[in-house]
Amino acid sequence: MISDNRISKVQELVYEIRVGDVMQSDVITVAPETPMSQLRGILKKERISGIPVVNGDRLAGIISIEDFIKWLADREEDCSIAEKMSKNVHTLYADEPLTHAVNMFQLLGFGRFAVIDRQDKRLLGIITKGDIVRGLLKKLEIDHVEGEDIYRHKVSRFFDNILADQVVLLFQYDVAGHDFKHAGEGASRLKTTLRRLGLAPQIVRRVAIATYEAEMNLIIYTDGGKIRVRVGPDEILVIVRDSGPGIADVEKALQPGYSTAPEWVRELGFGAGMGLCNIKKCANKMDLMSSVGKGTQLYIRISTNDGAEREAV
Amino acid sequence: MTIEDIRRILEAEVVAGEYLLGQKVATVCGSDLMSDVLAFARPKAVLLTGMTNSQVVRTAEMADLAGICFVRDKRPGQETVELAESKDIPLLTTPLSMFESCGRLWKEGFVGGSEYED
Repeated sequence: MISDNRISKVQELVYEIRVGDVMQSDVITVAPETPMSQLRGILKKERISGIPVVNGDRLAGIISIEDFIKWLADREEDCSIAEKMSKNVHTLYADEPLTHAVNMFQLLGFGRFAVIDRQDKRLLGIITKGDIVRGLLKKLEIDHVEGEDIYRHKVSRFFDNILADQVVLLFQYDVAGHDFKHAGEGASRLKTTLRRLGLAPQIVRRVAIATYEAEMNLIIYTDGGKIRVRVGPDEILVIVRDSGPGIADVEKALQPGYSTAPEWVRELGFGAGMGLCNIKKCANKMDLMSSVGKGTQLYIRISTNDGAEREAV
Repeated sequence: MTIEDIRRILEAEVVAGEYLLGQKVATVCGSDLMSDVLAFARPKAVLLTGMTNSQVVRTAEMADLAGICFVRDKRPGQETVELAESKDIPLLTTPLSMFESCGRLWKEGFVGGSEYED
């Protein structure tokens, strides 16, 4: 599962990252009039296999170790690099997405590309396959460490772009009855979402616990139901609705320890008659309405302003 | 104190989240009743429990717990382990009983939720 996410993350990154982000900008260059006989020393000293040939600040060509070997093998007279370099140079623009660079490496089989400015065609740097891999790994590492922070950052930016006097968000989670295996998935997704919205951890914790208990009740006692969450500027309202069987004695159901849970639920560590009490403890206000045969509605209100004082309870 | 301290004191084995051993632990709670854990456990507490179903991990997730240690050598199923890993919750298992586990941790300086102050 993790590796699948990583692959899609890489796919995303090659569109997001630009060639200019991963290229080496500290490039060794040679002038076109440099004699071929000097090339050996430069290649050896710098431990590189190709050098951009630059006239002023414009790219004139690229001279590679292959060009040098060919010149040696042909036992020709010494001449200027300009005569032996590849002039028809494929270049990449610094503002192109990395995916384009990846395609070009694959298509042309080159070891390196010179990177130039789109406007003034100035040489900005050089990029190899190694640079791409290094750039991606670095970015993945940062994203792994800061993954949730990045989500939070993205969400907060999304809100900056909404122009309104008041923003209210609605989420819905559908819960299947008697499905103990997936119990808590709704509450878990809600919790992650609220954290990404940048709500205080102690508020998120209370909403998560209350919603989890309510979700558990849907799973234990009903054929399923819906959890609707309304996130407003001052309050989070969680509405849990099902269509039966309903609670015969609501007052009794609210008493700590009162439970009609079946044995299998108790064996799993739930159904001890504490669920509604827990929800009440987490909420600023809780309302329970139920009619037998029709269903139950539970309203959980949690203020987003008093996290600190509630947590102390 | 960290998860690694709990592992050492309880002679426990790491079942999931080896990379989370450095995580800070505030306090400890022992219970097989998840509703009690949800009601009374403090954030960053380690839960000692004899239950191994995946709802134990869900409970830890909701209550912002630092980790879970199963007592009496109980081992969780694959489902529980996978959920714990996806939620970055470390799982340990100790051969000690609940009573002995609590006793050892208390002796080593861990306090309960009622005495713990942030």
